[in-house]
Amino acid sequence: MTLDFVRAPLPVRRLSVVVTSLSSDAHTWNLVFLQMLLEEMGCRVTNLGACTPDEVIVRECLARRPDLIVVGSLNGHGLQDGQRLIGAIRGRPGLATTPVVIGGRLDTTGGSGGQTSALLLEAGFDAVFDGAAGLGTFRSLVRTLAVGSGAPIDVT
Amino acid sequence: MNGIALRRAPSFGEVVAGHHDRGSLVVQPRMGFADPTVMREGLLATRDARASTVGTITLDSYTRVNDHQAVRHALATGAHLNGYPLVDRDPATTMAMLDGVITQQFPVQVRHGSADARRIVRTLLACGLSATEGGPVSYCLPYSRMPLAGAVDNWRQCCETLAAARTPDVEPHLETFGGCMMGQLCPPALLVALSVLEGMFFWQHGVRCISFSYAQQTNPAQDEEAVAALRALIPAYLPHARTHVVIYTYMGVYPRTPRGALRLLASSARLAARSGASRLIVKTTAEAHRLPTVAENVAALEHAAAAARGVERIDAVQDTGIYAQAKRLVDNAVALDEDIGRALLVAFAAGYLDVPFCLHPDNAGRTRGYLDNNGELLWQRIGSLPIGDLVDLPHSERMSSADLLNALKYVERRFDHTVEGGDLVLDAAHEHRSLISDHGSPT
Repeated sequence: MTLDFVRAPLPVRRLSVVVTSLSSDAHTWNLVFLQMLLEEMGCRVTNLGACTPDEVIVRECLARRPDLIVVGSLNGHGLQDGQRLIGAIRGRPGLATTPVVIGGRLDTTGGSGGQTSALLLEAGFDAVFDGAAGLGTFRSLVRTLAVGSGAPIDVT
Repeated sequence: MNGIALRRAPSFGEVVAGHHDRGSLVVQPRMGFADPTVMREGLLATRDARASTVGTITLDSYTRVNDHQAVRHALATGAHLNGYPLVDRDPATTMAMLDGVITQQFPVQVRHGSADARRIVRTLLACGLSATEGGPVSYCLPYSRMPLAGAVDNWRQCCETLAAARTPDVEPHLETFGGCMMGQLCPPALLVALSVLEGMFFWQHGVRCISFSYAQQTNPAQDEEAVAALRALIPAYLPHARTHVVIYTYMGVYPRTPRGALRLLASSARLAARSGASRLIVKTTAEAHRLPTVAENVAALEHAAAAARGVERIDAVQDTGIYAQAKRLVDNAVALDEDIGRALLVAFAAGYLDVPFCLHPDNAGRTRGYLDNNGELLWQRIGSLPIGDLVDLPHSERMSSADLLNALKYVERRFDHTVEGGDLVLDAAHEHRSLISDHGSPT
């Protein structure tokens, strides 16, 4: 009740999230799912879709200045393409500290998760989510960001 | 190498029609290997399988997006490619690979997935091949960022190139991928309409031998109705083309267990046989995990052929309105412009054609499909599709991310977790008509 009272007069500020694939990846069902999940949590989502070139992702993110960038990839090239993309993102001062996370099936072996995650974290990602098991952690991260930015979020 | 023999190779459509007339379903793999020796072995194993087969050369995904620098880099460094790099191989290498493989009864089709297949088409013709697949909508909206107008122009040129290659001995063949689109959650009427519209586009640009796809969805009775609608619409809109229908074994989230995968494959083979389709593109037990081996492909071909053998063609299907919806979608689109390519562009821009869950910027994105309790794939929202008087929409438009995930995994769940004797459950919609089980199939 108190929270509602405090929130009601404030302009609604939603967590702004960019969801995107990588340059060589045509999978989109994962992106559709992520968009629905984030919207259910109260986020405002821009979905950049399939086979997104690095320069398009950087340009859209510079224009939108999102609170979070979510990269989803399933074709097994996530490690190579992800390392290249995060370099391009971190190279822009406006995006140097924006939270950027990546998840999906990120290498071709499916078995080198630990090493792949370490390499992606080292390259500049803030979190790496491997497979469906990472979904709970992903939700927690979105909630943490929302609380930090003062954006209301559905925590059910 | 053996150019004369290649030029005399019978047309793809002619061979498929021959098998169909003899009551035999043609089965075909998705198969592509970067190494010409392995590719040749795969084609020969396909030819020698205990089934009526045609061959496939599936191209790699760098070639699909015309990233030839990446292909050449991979070839130079020995890096893995997920298909045969047709464009960057010397045609002499490809022709040597095919020498003695193609026979009077064994044509080979090139499968790719490219929104700009102009170089692919030129190269396959230069290698003595004449059958491929694709389409301006079906290879653009699901896989590419290319504007639809660009894909329409590219595919016009592809069709014209194929048409120009026609001789008394060679009849180029083109298959539309329109009956698949995103693979899941697109109600059958739109798949049927897009298949027909892309076929009309091919015909308008000179291709005379055309196959029309339909990808198996979630409910057998509904799929039979959809294929019947497709088979009824084709002669109405393309009375003079040589045509056939090709079924794709389920293209969505695939069962992970070998048993579930084989059951789903067998059910698609029965769908093809019962509905009078001529050809089936199979999936293997490796589908959910990795690219299949040659042996896994051969096993899938033989399993599908055995499942289809002896299955009787049905003469009557239910009518839930798929034919009427599909016909409306086609009629509405072709009325927009005499040029089918322009008609497609106008229709998508206005949302008169609108593929559910497709993120491409040229797709309106105002439609949505859902699964009801019987696994029937229905419209939840129709956006601006001109079928408002033909469908009953559900009261609730709500779909959560969990609902979506459930729907995407519906088939996987049913086929992986069905108890013993479950084929009867899976084909429950047919119980009153036939009791077919897997028991006659090889394991």
